[in-house]
Amino acid sequence: MFGHSGSSRSRVALAGALSVGLAFSLTACGGDKKDDSSGSTDTATSSIDCAQFSQFGDLKGKTVSVYTGIVTPEDAPQKKSYEPFEQCTGVTVKYEGDKSFETQILVRARAGNPPDVAYVPQPGLLKQLVETGKAVEAPAEVATNVDKWFGKDWKAYGTVAGKFYAAPLGANVKSLVWYSPKEFADKGYTVPTTLDQLKELSDKIAATGSKPWCAGIGSGDATGWPVTDWVEDFMLRLSGPEAYDKWVNHEIPFNGAESTAAWNAVGDYLKNDKYVNGGLGDVKSIAGTTFQDAGLQILEGTCSLHRQASFYAANFPAKTKIAEDGEIYAFYLPGKDATSKPVLGGGEFVLAFADRPEVKAFQYFLSTDTWANLKAKASSGWVSANKGLKVENLTNPIDQLSAKILQDPSAQFRFDGSDMMPAAIGSNAFWKQATAWISGQDTTTTVNNIETAWPK
Amino acid sequence: MTAAVPIVTEPDLEAPPESTAAVAKKKLSSPMASVAALIIAVLWTIPTFGLFLSSFRPEAAIKRTGWWTFFTDPQMTLDNYRAVFDDETGVNLGNFFINSLVICIPSVLIPLALASLAAYAFAWINFRGKNFLFLAIFALQIVPLQVTLIPLLTIFVKVDISGTYWALWLAHSTFALPLAIYLLHNFMREIPAGLIEAARVDGAGHVAIFFRVMLPLLTPALAAFGIFQFLWVWNDLLVALVFVGGGDDVAPLTLQLANLTGTRGTAWHLLASGTFVSIIVPVTVFLLLQRYFVRGLLAGSVKG
Repeated sequence: MFGHSGSSRSRVALAGALSVGLAFSLTACGGDKKDDSSGSTDTATSSIDCAQFSQFGDLKGKTVSVYTGIVTPEDAPQKKSYEPFEQCTGVTVKYEGDKSFETQILVRARAGNPPDVAYVPQPGLLKQLVETGKAVEAPAEVATNVDKWFGKDWKAYGTVAGKFYAAPLGANVKSLVWYSPKEFADKGYTVPTTLDQLKELSDKIAATGSKPWCAGIGSGDATGWPVTDWVEDFMLRLSGPEAYDKWVNHEIPFNGAESTAAWNAVGDYLKNDKYVNGGLGDVKSIAGTTFQDAGLQILEGTCSLHRQASFYAANFPAKTKIAEDGEIYAFYLPGKDATSKPVLGGGEFVLAFADRPEVKAFQYFLSTDTWANLKAKASSGWVSANKGLKVENLTNPIDQLSAKILQDPSAQFRFDGSDMMPAAIGSNAFWKQATAWISGQDTTTTVNNIETAWPK
Repeated sequence: MTAAVPIVTEPDLEAPPESTAAVAKKKLSSPMASVAALIIAVLWTIPTFGLFLSSFRPEAAIKRTGWWTFFTDPQMTLDNYRAVFDDETGVNLGNFFINSLVICIPSVLIPLALASLAAYAFAWINFRGKNFLFLAIFALQIVPLQVTLIPLLTIFVKVDISGTYWALWLAHSTFALPLAIYLLHNFMREIPAGLIEAARVDGAGHVAIFFRVMLPLLTPALAAFGIFQFLWVWNDLLVALVFVGGGDDVAPLTLQLANLTGTRGTAWHLLASGTFVSIIVPVTVFLLLQRYFVRGLLAGSVKG
């Protein structure tokens, strides 16, 4: 009915569209074939002990659906690490990655359409999901595994109202400072092991006339979150893990002495014109720089130190050598003294919405050291707090460093506080006030504003 | 078919007094207006042009400098386009391209078919409660689709079609129908009643009138609404997210485009090439049907 479009231009356009469409469908088909062949030729993965799944009965032909915020390119190693499980049990794992996971999972749970398994990245969200009444408790086999392979603090984060729901999956370490090992070697700087040494190092670099630190807190709607990580890290270091827990649960006020001290300590770095913002401008430029871009200044040589989580490794161009003797590496943001090792970090938790045997088997598989090591071999930029994870299986030096930090017996792991505070604070007032603070608002006003915003 | 051809009269020999349309046409084609149009066109094209250049720049260049540095330091690469079609990086847009087409075509055809039939009934058939029903459909346009998401999803879950194409086809059709019926109804009302009567005298029933008189005349309106609906469905992310989630089998291109930047937004340099891949189809559709677009936009708003 739109047939009489005879002009040559529209014919060209039509021909163009058809050929492009054809080309895409060809690539699509080609892609599928490539997938199949790589799946069938891969024999290295069938090396796990299949007997451990026999307790769940015959699962052949069953399907487990997984819904997560982990998308490309991190999803490929995830899927690959499930292959041995699929081969052993005959279960198909249907993987759905979606960046809007955090909002969509609530919609789906409420509409009665939850996946079998969801990877929940925040204890606060986990609690909300459990409150929908659709989530099911972790099976006993998984709880046993978690007791065996994970620390008590990790198990506590997967527990809601005394019931254990979710085993930890991956983890990331936020207490890291990125630097250039080459620059450190050339200029004779050493990696600090206490907060005082960090300060001395900063002063030393500042004395040469260059700005030691670079930072950026721009992140769209979430602008300000990198400051919250700074504050949490210093809260943990200056007042200790117990005070940190109280602070997160609002048992001590947000504008109390401990909190104010942490903000001021961060201010000594981020609001210090001598220290920031290497290669980017003055203090205020922190608010206008995206967190993805800020650390790249280290490569330019205009900045020496950048505090950001382990996942920041992916931001450097693919050819950058990230290693202890490379262009870029990171050191552990030191504790107050060399003996205390507080670690700020995050991670995902495996929450199930079904208790069919194949779902239980999959949960069990994910909580084993077997899976952690399989995943380690398949991926880069990933670690787990699983104590059975062998550091040498990790391919990437930053992952090895993160795993060492997590597995250190004296490490005191604490989950990112802004992920656990009420949403009105953790993903609103904290971010916004932190941005205002960088833009010139004083510390007292900032902490008072956040305290006032705390839901009663 | 012959009944459908409008009678064309010879133009009068005397110059008619200038109509308002002619005056407007004259003013709009003055040099000043052309300059203004040109400036607006350039301003509107610059961001797209910058995106286009960015899509060919290497990753490090995109991340560190703006697209305008291309002119002082021209570096070209097809890596970004390769990356969005690459299975290794896990972003194969090709599969999703097909998904998007499979979602779009029925989501355009179903509401068009239903709405043109409904519009015919509202325009030319008398039945009880017609005005009330029409008012109800008209009023439905003001219901934002967001409020229907969870209830609709609950229904889809109950009849077990969530996560399939059916959920999307039905949802998009439902959301499109009120506006489609309203637009097509207004267009049909303007067709002179004499034409319908003449067809009826010749022995045509409703079916014959609809297919042989109405449809040929409706082409611009159908095309205009078709473009609207196609662009809307092609660019839709929210409805697809809610009803099918992130599964590779049914998710549209927009979903993969949203995921393209990676879990923590570290691969945002691929956005430029990704958007240009997704833009191809809507641009082609628009170029093919643009002359209907303007005509159809005026449908129901201007007489004559």
